[in-house]
Parts: sequence; C-alpha cells; structure tokens
Amino acid sequence: MRVLVVEDDRETALFLQRSLKENGHVAEIAGDGELGLALAREGGWDVLIVDRMLPRLDGLTVIETLRREGARAPVLILSALGDVDDRVKGLRAGGDDYLTKPYAYTELLARIEALARRPVPEEQVTRYTVGDLTLDRLSHKVTRAGQPIVLQPREYRLLEYLMRNAGQVVTRTMLLQNVWDYHFDPQTNVIDVHISRLRAKIDKGFARPLLHTVRGSGYMIRDGAD
Amino acid sequence: MTALTRLLGSTPFRLTVAYMGAFVAAAALIVLYVAWQANELLASKAVEALRAEVASLRGQFEAGGTPRLVAAINERVSEPGSGLYLLIGADGTRLAGNLPRLPAALPADGQGHLFSYPRATNGTGASERLATGFSLSVAGGLTLVVARDIEDQRQLAAGIGRLALLSFGLLCALGVGAGILISRSMVSRIETVTETSRQIMAGDLSRRIPLSGSGDELDRLAEGLNAMLARIEELLAALREVSDNIAHDLKTPLNRLRNRAEAALRSSDAAAHREGLAKTIEEADELIKTFNSLLLIARLEAGAAAESMKPVDLADVIGDIAELYEPVAEEVGIRLTVATEPGLCTVANRELVSQAVANLVDNAIKYSAATGVPVAVGAAPAPPLNPAPEIRIVLKRAGDSIEIAIADHGPGIAAEDRERALQRFVRLEKSRSRPGAGLGLSLVAAVARMHGGSVRLEDNAPGLRAVLSIPVQMPSGFPLPKRAKQAEG
Repeated sequence: MRVLVVEDDRETALFLQRSLKENGHVAEIAGDGELGLALAREGGWDVLIVDRMLPRLDGLTVIETLRREGARAPVLILSALGDVDDRVKGLRAGGDDYLTKPYAYTELLARIEALARRPVPEEQVTRYTVGDLTLDRLSHKVTRAGQPIVLQPREYRLLEYLMRNAGQVVTRTMLLQNVWDYHFDPQTNVIDVHISRLRAKIDKGFARPLLHTVRGSGYMIRDGAD
Repeated sequence: MTALTRLLGSTPFRLTVAYMGAFVAAAALIVLYVAWQANELLASKAVEALRAEVASLRGQFEAGGTPRLVAAINERVSEPGSGLYLLIGADGTRLAGNLPRLPAALPADGQGHLFSYPRATNGTGASERLATGFSLSVAGGLTLVVARDIEDQRQLAAGIGRLALLSFGLLCALGVGAGILISRSMVSRIETVTETSRQIMAGDLSRRIPLSGSGDELDRLAEGLNAMLARIEELLAALREVSDNIAHDLKTPLNRLRNRAEAALRSSDAAAHREGLAKTIEEADELIKTFNSLLLIARLEAGAAAESMKPVDLADVIGDIAELYEPVAEEVGIRLTVATEPGLCTVANRELVSQAVANLVDNAIKYSAATGVPVAVGAAPAPPLNPAPEIRIVLKRAGDSIEIAIADHGPGIAAEDRERALQRFVRLEKSRSRPGAGLGLSLVAAVARMHGGSVRLEDNAPGLRAVLSIPVQMPSGFPLPKRAKQAEG
C-alpha cells in the first residue's frame, strides 16, 4: 500500500519509511505541513500518517483542509499529546485513528493496515465469515461449523472486532480502545485473559484454530488455509 | 528619629489619633450645642420674667399714676438681689430705679436687648456689667427700663468654656500618648513577624513567628501563618522526596536499559544481540508507562481534563471495569463481586474514573494473589480450606458523596503507612522490587482530587478497603463542560 508520512523529525520519518518498506509498503515523506498537504492532494494514497505538530502548517489543519476538499484517504494522527481531549480534537478534525508518541512500530503498522483495509460502509455488512466461523450481525448469532456458540455481550463485540479485521493483526491497545472504549493502559494484561476465554469458546474442540496470537504484536483471526 | 517617624506613621498610631480626633470633635459639638440650648432657654426665661414684671409695673401705673409707679420701683430696688430699673420722666429727669442713666444701647422699642451698664464696686470705681432688658415708653412721656444683670451668668459660661477647652486639650494629649503606647507594642510585634519572614525568605524554613500568648487577633494571625509555613515546609519536603523517587524510578530502569544495550553490544553472539534488544524495548516500554503516569498525575493536579467532564452513571463504570477484570481475578482464584446502587450519576470523566477504579481493582487482585492463598492448580482441584478469597466492589451513596469501595482480603496496609501510600511514587516495601511504578494509588488520589473528592484507605480486617469518594454535586464554581463530548473509539 502507498503511505504518506508527514513527519518533521527526519530520523523518525526515515525509520518509518524503511520499516514500511520491509513490510512490503511504499512510503513517501513530507517534512512539513505545506509539503504534506501538497503531496496528499496529488492523491493515490492508501493511508496518511500525519504528525500533529508540524512546521509551516500544523497537522490538524492539514487534515481539516483535506477533508474539506473531499479527500477520503484514512488518516492516522501521531501526537505527543495523549489526553482524551486531545484525541477527541484530532478525531473531530477528520482523523480516523490516533496514536500517542512514543509508540511501538508494530502498533502503528497494525493500525494503518486496519485503516487501509477498512471495509467501506461497515453498517451494510450483516455477516462476517472466517473459515467455518460465522457471525450474524443482525441476529447476533455466532456459529462454528453449524454449531451455535453462546457468547457474553462483550465476547461478542470482541469477536466482531476481530472478524471485521480478519487476516490482520489487532493489538491489545486496539482491542481495549475499540471493544471496551478505554484509552488507558491497564497494569495487568487483562486482554489476554479475555482472548483466552473467547478462544476456549470458538476454537476448543475444533481441529483448526482460527484465533492466533501474533508474538510481540497482538492477535489475528484468520482461516489457517490462507 | 526614624524610629519615631515609623512609630508616628504606624497604623495603630494613626488609628488612635483619628479615633481621638473624631471623639473630641463629637464631644465639642455636643457641648457647644448643649451650651447654646441652655443659653437660649435661660434668655427666654429671663425675657418672660421681665415681661411679667413690666406688666405688673404697668398695672401699678394704671392704678395710681406716676407716684405709685415710683413707689413700686423704689420698693423693688430696695429688695436684695433685685433687678435693674429706671424710670425717666418726660423732661428727662431720673425719677426712680437703680440704673444711673439710660443705656445708650437700649432703644425704647419694647424689645429685649443686651447692654452693658456701670456698677459701683465696693470702694472706688465702677465696672461695666452685662445685662438684658427692655426699655419702653409708658403713657405720659415716661420711659421705663426693666432689666436683669447677667454678668455672673456670662462669666460662668466663659469659665465653662475655658474648662471645656482645657479638657479637650488634655484629651488630645492623652490620645496621642495612648496612640504612641499602643503603636509601640503593636509595631514591635509586627516587626517580629516581618523579621521572621525575612529570615524565612533568607532560607531558614524552620523559623516560626513567636506568639504573645494572649490569643488576640495578632496571635491568631501568627498561628495561621505558622500553620501555612508548616504546610509549605511539608510540601517542599514531599517535593524533594518525589524528585528523589523520580530519580530512582526513572534513572534505575534507564541505567538497566543502558547496561543491557552495552552488554549486548559487547557480545558477539547474534542470539544475545536479539535478546538484548528485546529486553531494551521491554525496559523502554516500562519507562514510557511510568513517564505517562507521572505526566497524567501532573496534568490532573494542574486541573487539566476538567473540560471533558460529563454526566456519568457510576454503576455502568463499575460494571464495565468489573467485567474487564473478572476473568483475571478468576484466573488467580479470586471471586470478584459487585454491589451497586442504581441511578448514582455525577459529572465526571469516565475514562479517568474507570482508570482509577481499574487501578484499585488491579492492586487488590495483585496483592490478594500474592498472599499465597491456595489457588487450585491441576486437573483435580482440591477444595481450598478457606472459601475463595473475595474482592468486593461496592457503590453507594454516603451523604453528599458517592463512594466506590474496593475491599480485598490481602495483607492490607498498616495504619501508619496508609497516608503515605497515597503519595506519589511510594511503594511500601523498601526494596521497591515489585513491578509497577508505585504510581497507581497516587493516580487514584489525583483523579479523586480532580473530581473534588478524596481517597481513603481502611482496614478490611483482614485486608484493605480503598474508598474513592466523589461528591454528587461538583463544588460550586466548577467549570462544567458547555456540551458533552463523545470520546470516540
């Protein structure tokens, strides 16, 4: 995928460019807000990574301008400001996701991949399927190989989020933010316990596991045959 | 001279003098008014008496003509302490009376006038005396003067006036003297306060203002200042401790990180390189967590995040956190139970209250699990001797506050350590070896303060009960959000 990195710190930008390249993506760098806006206007980007504090034109203004002009490319905001208020401001300006510095590269990668592959109108998808596991969003029923699986409401939302991002890494932070709506970092790895409970319900007794742990990153639901 | 100028310029002195001045002025006004009124009264009485006399003499004249009038006057004059009379005939001759001649300042208009007349003193000469009276024309060209001597009265009034002046002068002198005395004691006491504050500014924070022991307002002021100084000293000590602890909690892992990186660099083994780098990242992540907590506490204490407050149903907040932690508790053999009163809403920051409750639950689990309570392991779990340890979360209303209590059966915290446990960076084991930067409880305390509430730690016998108390209504003047903001996932 084609990624535009608007970041004024040269070393960070080069690190992102190199890392993204290793993961099979193409990244271009803009060192200030004006250049970032100009490059973004050329179009053709799958995702934009925009730092909030930029020389010449700040990140939020860049995003607001792009959105006003009708640009649809998903935007990940990078910022040293991590308060709820800051995050809300960033999302209101037109950002699609918000990542606070310092961040782990795996976290950033998982998020831009989720953003770039975001199914267009989520509301119209009524059914997720991974292998023989299906989740019906209308009836809230989950079945595996035709057998019904009973889930608690939160387990259902957890599975729904994982299946929406099937085939992609989902980090613990992403789960905490999207399934529980918490933006703090619990001291204990609570997510792991919830995942293992979910796993016991959907994978136990089946030959092929669907819910995988991605070491050092998070989790991924996918059909093993992929 | 400067001491005197300072004394004379001091507030107590000026107050005393101003007070005395006002007092003397008021007294003088009252005395003058009373004197004037008394004079008026006396004068009008005198005039009345004189008029009565005139009427009586007129009666005599009408009854018996001039000879009868002359006889009547002569009779009155002969009485001791009599009034002043004079009867002058149509030709200007003096017919009767004790006035030597018609006073020049007394026109014969029948009105009361003041005039002076000569009176022979015992021995030689005569003195001019003051009198008040009438002169009027009687039928037949006669002129009658009826008057009263008021010289004694006038002298008495003059005497009283002098006396009043003297007393006012004395009063003023006394006032200034008292002012100086009072000021001197006040100024000297205030000087000690000034001197003490100067020494404190010079760096001696242990100085306190001496009290006079009288318990007056200056003493109370000094007590207040002393209490403030004690608090400042305490805060400074806490600040020093905090910076020492920050140095420890950030520098120690930084040093570890550096050592690991160095060791990995020295090694020629690729596996050791990988291992070293992985550990370095782990250590960096821990540092970031500590740093974030510190930053959050600092921002909360500075009153940030207040604008994202909105009405929150606390039962929901607690239910969500309990749901998040329930599997974790279960995994270590702890029962997590929740009892909430419905409908307890307050204006709060959901995220921060959630984080505070999460920290308390996290701590409760960590410490309950660490007490060595038998946790069933293996395929055939033996029933534990004690019932499964429980962590109980209770939400209830207590007066004007909503209380969230998290009670565990862990080792608890000794009564004398509880206050300290809420301070930043305090971890009660001296070794500071347990993971977690010791910021959990202080973050809870900061969140509570930001919501106008408090945290207290109690004995759960056995175990610890942490109570987060949030007022139902924010203290007045709290900046409420203009509109609710929706935090997005």
